[in-house]
Amino acid sequence: MAVDRLSRVFAALADPTRRDMVARLAVGDATVGELADPYDVSVQAVSKHIKVLTDAGLVSQSKDAQRRPCHLEAEVFDLMTKWIERYRQQAQQRYDRLDAVLAEMRGDEQSTKHPNLEQGAAS
Amino acid sequence: MNATSNRHQVSIEADPTLPIIRMTRDFDATPAQLLRAHTDPELFARWVGPNGMETKILDWDATTGGRWRYVAARDGEEYGFHGCFHEVGEDRIVQTFTFDGQPDGVALETLWFEDLGDGRTRLHAQSLVDSFEGRDQWLASGMETGIDEGYAKLDALIAEL
Repeated sequence: MAVDRLSRVFAALADPTRRDMVARLAVGDATVGELADPYDVSVQAVSKHIKVLTDAGLVSQSKDAQRRPCHLEAEVFDLMTKWIERYRQQAQQRYDRLDAVLAEMRGDEQSTKHPNLEQGAAS
Repeated sequence: MNATSNRHQVSIEADPTLPIIRMTRDFDATPAQLLRAHTDPELFARWVGPNGMETKILDWDATTGGRWRYVAARDGEEYGFHGCFHEVGEDRIVQTFTFDGQPDGVALETLWFEDLGDGRTRLHAQSLVDSFEGRDQWLASGMETGIDEGYAKLDALIAEL
């Protein structure tokens, strides 16, 4: 399912070491060994992180080349941007409705002039 | 209300390092009016949405320490939400938010009404979710309710993954 896929993307990015690796790969492709360099961890540990990133579709590793450099799949981030845009549009619709309610409230206030409208309606 | 007034745009930001969603949106209203639209249950039910769904308020005490519960309904389908009002002030509401379908998840929402003067107010809304997975579910839940024509393209794109 698409949602599961997106869950994996976010879960993969929830780890600070993996976010660092993604930031490093945004600069350019790198091997597992190169990625392990700045960290005080084994190549195996880095390989595990890379596997999580690969499973989430964020990173790919070329099979043929001897160095097997890791490559960042930028289009996944593009998808996340679209996903957030969709959420934004829902918020937009919600607040457009709120505009209408507020406009009506202003009309009511002008016609009745209640001294105190701050708190919720009585009941 | 005017037929098509200039719409104020929502700006949104999903923090990459914290499971937070931040939104801002300007309104042609005073902070007091915005507060009332957020705390009066009848007014709130009219705009909270989502589109095409009817909101039924089941429980509502919009005071510091109070609580709320409502369902969004359409064609017999119901989605329930509940939470507590941690603080209701003149220009600030702090509350929790839980979707009944994800009962273990809870978001901490802070709403702040910034007075811009001349009857205008900027709403700042921040939602802190308890995990990145939680935020994911949160954002993704919008997909289920928002399947409109404009989103068909994105659905197709996601399906390819």
